[in-house]
Amino acid sequence: MIVAERKPIEEIVEQVKEVRSLLVLGCNECVTVCEAGGKKEVGVLASALRMVFLQQNREVNVGERTIERQCDTEYLEEIRDMIDSYEAVVSLACGVGIQFTAERYPTKPVYPGVNTCFMGAALERGVWAERCQGCGSCILASTGAVCPVARCAKRLLNGPCGGSTAGKCEISKDVECAWQLIIDRLKALGRLEEYERLSPIKDWSTDRAGGPRKIIREDLRS
Amino acid sequence: MRLGYPSSIRIIRVPCTGKVDVLHILRCFERGADGVTVVGCREGDCHYQTGNFRAKKRVEQAQQILERIGIGAGRVRMCNLSSSDAPLFVRFAQEMHAAVLSAGPNPIRTARRERRAGTQVPGVELPA
Repeated sequence: MIVAERKPIEEIVEQVKEVRSLLVLGCNECVTVCEAGGKKEVGVLASALRMVFLQQNREVNVGERTIERQCDTEYLEEIRDMIDSYEAVVSLACGVGIQFTAERYPTKPVYPGVNTCFMGAALERGVWAERCQGCGSCILASTGAVCPVARCAKRLLNGPCGGSTAGKCEISKDVECAWQLIIDRLKALGRLEEYERLSPIKDWSTDRAGGPRKIIREDLRS
Repeated sequence: MRLGYPSSIRIIRVPCTGKVDVLHILRCFERGADGVTVVGCREGDCHYQTGNFRAKKRVEQAQQILERIGIGAGRVRMCNLSSSDAPLFVRFAQEMHAAVLSAGPNPIRTARRERRAGTQVPGVELPA
């Protein structure tokens, strides 16, 4: 899922300091799962904002709505009837949803209510870790399903480097060495000979290096 | 036992403190409550295993939010007791009452009243 963190409330208040009515818009997908921008967080933020505005002696109408996905036009259409009642939107979706809401409603200011962080997994309740960087050319088949692009600080394709000590990365003792994980995993799978094979130079044009990316599937287009 | 506790306190019954959400606590303050105490079973004695631990976390979350928005973290607290421990409940109730008296009225209630009246309303207005 896309993992996001709630923005400090002071930052959101600063963003909307000129606004007299705003819609706090949540998203039912990834940000709900990582407890940053679902229906509950919408309620909490809206309640907190109302209390802040009251103390600032500002009359601000704060509305709440959570839609299925902010990255799909069909769900964004659901707010068309109500959006004109508000001067601005604070979106608790990931960066994709925030931008897509803004694209869909070009005259409406849309402010971010979260910081979108990474694509990751929940290690336990309240702990998320990055697992994928969407490089566009997956090499997990040869690395025992441990991604060195996302999990190695240097994104090494043939590792580990000299900074790996006792299974930890030199950048922090809390960061596991991705290549140690790859070796351990290949060993457990009985495929350690694959580690000996050098990875060829990766085509990074499918990563961000090739600029903003787009996928077009003609078989699905209408 | 017929023990008394401050009459300013209103009891809202929930099936388990695990039911209490941050939003419930915030809504209390939004509607003008001066303080909120979440009273759960003793730690380790939850009938639903972890309800009171969940509540404890949520109280901490609510405290963080309330501190940031100028209401004050001290207005919400969690306490744990056995359902038969009336004297302890009374003690917690009195402590919370005293804490709220010293913190003064909920700034939201004051702000709302000021807005309605167009004047400033000073003073602590809690029942004795």
